Amino acid sequence: MSQELLKIKNLEVVYKTDRGTAHVLNNISFSINKGETLGLVGETGAGKTTTALSIMRLLPKKTGFIKDGEIIFDGKNLLNLTEAEMRLIRGESISMIFQDPMSSLNPIIKIGEQIRESFEIHRPDMGKEDMNKKVEEILEMVGIPASRKNDYPHQFSGGMKQRVVIAMALACEPKLLIADEPTTALDVTIQAQVLYMMGELKDKLGTSMLLITHDLGIVSQYCDRVAVLYGGEILEYGTAEDIFTGKDHHPYTMGLFGSLPDLNKRTRRLSPINGMIPDPLNLPEGCVFHPRCPKCIEKCKTIPPQSITVAGEHKIMCHLFGKGESHE
Amino acid sequence: MMNGNAIQYKRRSQIGSVLYRLKKNKLAMFGLFLLIVMVLIAICADFIADYDEMAIGQNIQERLQRPSSEHWFGTDHFGRDIFARIVHGSRISLSLSIIAMLFAVAAGAIIGAIAGYYGGRTDDILMRFMDILLSIPPMLMSISIVAALGQSMVNLLIALGIAYVPVFARVIRSTILSIKGQEFIEAAKACGTSDARIIFKHIIPNAIGPIIVQATLAMGSVILIISSLSFMGLGVKPPAPEWGTMLYEGRDFLRQAPYLTLFPGAAITIAVVSLNLLGDGLRDALDPRLKD
Repeated sequence: MSQELLKIKNLEVVYKTDRGTAHVLNNISFSINKGETLGLVGETGAGKTTTALSIMRLLPKKTGFIKDGEIIFDGKNLLNLTEAEMRLIRGESISMIFQDPMSSLNPIIKIGEQIRESFEIHRPDMGKEDMNKKVEEILEMVGIPASRKNDYPHQFSGGMKQRVVIAMALACEPKLLIADEPTTALDVTIQAQVLYMMGELKDKLGTSMLLITHDLGIVSQYCDRVAVLYGGEILEYGTAEDIFTGKDHHPYTMGLFGSLPDLNKRTRRLSPINGMIPDPLNLPEGCVFHPRCPKCIEKCKTIPPQSITVAGEHKIMCHLFGKGESHE
Repeated sequence: MMNGNAIQYKRRSQIGSVLYRLKKNKLAMFGLFLLIVMVLIAICADFIADYDEMAIGQNIQERLQRPSSEHWFGTDHFGRDIFARIVHGSRISLSLSIIAMLFAVAAGAIIGAIAGYYGGRTDDILMRFMDILLSIPPMLMSISIVAALGQSMVNLLIALGIAYVPVFARVIRSTILSIKGQEFIEAAKACGTSDARIIFKHIIPNAIGPIIVQATLAMGSVILIISSLSFMGLGVKPPAPEWGTMLYEGRDFLRQAPYLTLFPGAAITIAVVSLNLLGDGLRDALDPRLKD
């Protein structure tokens, strides 16, 4: 079957701040196979971006620390590499698309030159002519006329800029593409275009993708596997079918679906999940979700639940699914 | 008639739009005009008046003459033509101040960029050192450096350069602090770009606006300091026609021949004012918030 490209094992990340230590990621594990897309879903502050930055080893230097765990990419543990070795991987084997295309392009460098920079860094033996030709090719590939390569970022619209960003990320044909909310800053019609294009390119180049988003609609359409992140823990993990059509769910996942508007039902208000995401400086005891959980039982308040496999690859971290254990 | 080709958008480059905004500022354009005239005069000085004969050649018979059609600005107590001396003096003032600025900008940019980009202890050490330099007024600083190293053109340049390095280091550091937090720097890192490349290709070019403004404004005060030092006898040695030196020499004849000090003084004023007007205009033109 398909091969594992990225495997994250028991990753633990903390941010050391003036107010104390924030436990941003606690023991998360997941893997991405070659050519597959994993959707990482969660609220603001759940640790999605931190996961991405940990893989790139770009956590803020003085505050972010990887305390424990392994990030195995293509057989190598990225956490053991030196900064110089890591630099060779960034942009070459793993690239990242950032949230806001407006600010992720250098405003004073022509876009063609910005794309060419990846080649200059990772393919130094390539001739200048070849580089320019590749730049034009890749621009056409993302749907921008090659004649616009001498334009500056401010001459493009948001959707076009995100295409440029994607072109930059895909320039060296990376094995893994990390897309951190690639469409949050775009409006819905452009979102669809950009995502469709990303899907196409991904299939064409055989790239795996880690798609970080809080939009469940996007996940259902583009992801093979889904991990639901909350308070630095993966509460539910499974194939897209498991999450969207399976019958067993973590109460948090159910809450997420409950807070989506449904066109077919007549309701006056949405049903949100009450409360706020926990403060990573002061995570609740027991299950991280228990203060907001509608199905909270006594045990949840003290004992952290284990990840339980309900079917196949579908894992849920909740006491409600404990095998043979009696509920109180 | 459309010629059937794709629509051509009117495109304006970054520099083009800055110039466009600068053009709307009358005062800044006036400053730019004066500066260009001065630069042209400095370049063509040899065609306007012969250096050896008119600017430093003494002619006692014609000493202390009033301004006339022959000697536009009059002559001094050695019979030297004031106009010729001012024309040649512009060469000294402009070239000295430009070289001093370039040195200060280059050194300041590197120190400021390293301090701002790496932060932490590197930042502390570099910037505290800059603070020490900054705590001494540039004037006093240049006086003491020239006094310590001896009076010469090169020492004057070193003194001015060192006196202005901290000014640029500060400006550049603060600009870089605001740039380095932006997402495109993180995106560049995610592409595997090295630190040096990020600093020189992505950060410093983005900080060029404030650098230009600061350099223009500082050049005005550098011209002033050169003149002041020369006035005190620490700058350019006579008989070189430096404006400050001319003021010093004309001081004794203030009653009988005020034009000896009036014209060099006016030249200094015009140079400083034009640079300040241009600097202020550039600051407005380069400020993205005032974009229209």
